[in-house]
Amino acid sequence: MAYEGTTFPPETTSEVGAPDEPRQGRERAGARDAAVEQTAEDTGSIAVNNLNFYYGKFQALHDISMHIPARQVTAFIGPSGCGKSTLLRTFNRIYQLYPEQTATGEIRLGGKNVLDRKQDLNLLRARVGMVFQKPTPFPMSIYDNIAFGVRLYERLRRRDMDERVEWALRKAALWDEVNDILKQNGTMLSGGQQQRLCIARAVAVRPSVLLLDEPASALDPISTLKIEELIEELRDDYTIVIVTHNMQQAARVSDNTAFMYLGKLIEYADTDTIFTTPSEKRTEDYITGRYG
Amino acid sequence: MKVYTRRRIVNTISLSVSVLATLFGLFWLAWLLWTLFSNGLQWIQPSVFLEATPPPGSEGGLANAIVGTLMLTGVGVLVGAPIGVLAGTYLSEFGGHSKLASVARFVNDILLSAPSIILGVFIYGVFVVTVGHFSGWAGALALALIVIPVVVRTTEDILHLVPSSLREAAAALGAPRWKVIVAVVYRSARVGILTGILLAVARISGETAPLLFTALNSQFWNVDMGEPMPNLPVVIFQFAMSPYENWQHLAWAGALLITLGILVLNIVARALGRSR
Repeated sequence: MAYEGTTFPPETTSEVGAPDEPRQGRERAGARDAAVEQTAEDTGSIAVNNLNFYYGKFQALHDISMHIPARQVTAFIGPSGCGKSTLLRTFNRIYQLYPEQTATGEIRLGGKNVLDRKQDLNLLRARVGMVFQKPTPFPMSIYDNIAFGVRLYERLRRRDMDERVEWALRKAALWDEVNDILKQNGTMLSGGQQQRLCIARAVAVRPSVLLLDEPASALDPISTLKIEELIEELRDDYTIVIVTHNMQQAARVSDNTAFMYLGKLIEYADTDTIFTTPSEKRTEDYITGRYG
Repeated sequence: MKVYTRRRIVNTISLSVSVLATLFGLFWLAWLLWTLFSNGLQWIQPSVFLEATPPPGSEGGLANAIVGTLMLTGVGVLVGAPIGVLAGTYLSEFGGHSKLASVARFVNDILLSAPSIILGVFIYGVFVVTVGHFSGWAGALALALIVIPVVVRTTEDILHLVPSSLREAAAALGAPRWKVIVAVVYRSARVGILTGILLAVARISGETAPLLFTALNSQFWNVDMGEPMPNLPVVIFQFAMSPYENWQHLAWAGALLITLGILVLNIVARALGRSR
């Protein structure tokens, strides 16, 4: 089941990602140190360096290092509580809403360490979009839901804003369903539509990275399928990092997969390798459903 | 089976006791409304809304007291509600478990349960004595002191109900903190905040004790907040205790008016709260 999914991503990605050498240039967890250097110029890639994360005194992430290539889909899998969401939440520093949460180490994005105290949080978050597990439409019209983020950083004329909203909704495959009800409250949509609205909202500010935290786990199978198709569509333009409980989903949508356990990065490789010939026993046990 | 029978009996007993307790509470409310209607309704005439409070034995109404109460309540809410909303916002969004927030919450709870006459005496001491005479401002200030803790509490509670995922979602788009609060958190909590303010209005529109020491009362038309203000609760207090029949009738009418006003405010607040 898991294996047939890996053929699902069409080969288009390897064309787009060719300069990145998507299939060869990837590091295993064992070769962590080497994984870090190659960030330099390409804007969408993320290099994590010796990252530790704490909830108060509790250490939730241990010395994570990995390189997430630009314009590919990277999936984090692992049992509940393994730290995959925590790791994702360091990339836009959303954890800083909670004063007791702290991170040490380095996360390089576009040549800069985003954990640097001087990093402007709002600018960072405008560049690194995020979609959450539960759909979070704002209590305003569908149009304003999309325009909200855009207005924060751009002054657009009415017509340009209309265009941007349409563009984002088309990107999120929602335009055909909502183009005549843009004035309606976003909370009136169905769960699956709400989640696509949230994706449209994130896309509308034109980030270079999209973080998806179990974006389909609260949705029915059909909506899930739509979200997965959407990820297919978006992968050419964005660096996508997706946290998922669902291994088949990881196998279907991702180019690279990281397996985490108890706050550690156990294995990180291209998705084919992880799902066919994992080098770690624990990865194999998890993939084959022995625990988790 | 024995256990099951016992459980059923216990269930029946506790259910009956709770129903009885509910009826007991409702009974007094119904009686109170009945008394007010049977004694007050007949005295509610156009003159009540058109004429000022009369001297003993002559014709008159409650118009000056009604207007005075509306003004005192209005100013009290205009002063108290913004302070309450802002303080509640601080406690919910910024304070967390900090020392200042804990102290503020504790003090607020004390203020919430403080006897309203104490607030009246306090304003008398710091305001009326300083200025040298009773005034509408002093009354409104005393009422504002009652509004603040009510609104602080309801605002904080309502803002806590806004899921943090919504805040995260707005912050994740790069929205600064104030923008998250104003554009997203307030927006999803506005009905609740408004409900809290309405309940505070209901609370102060019938307060008598804090006005005795501050706005006092006035027999005459007065819309100058710098002077003693006529107001319904104190008029009711005075007229009901008087030996003059026409005053007593007006007291009944005023009591019914205030009760109906508060009832309507409460119902509106409930309806708003439910429509969320």
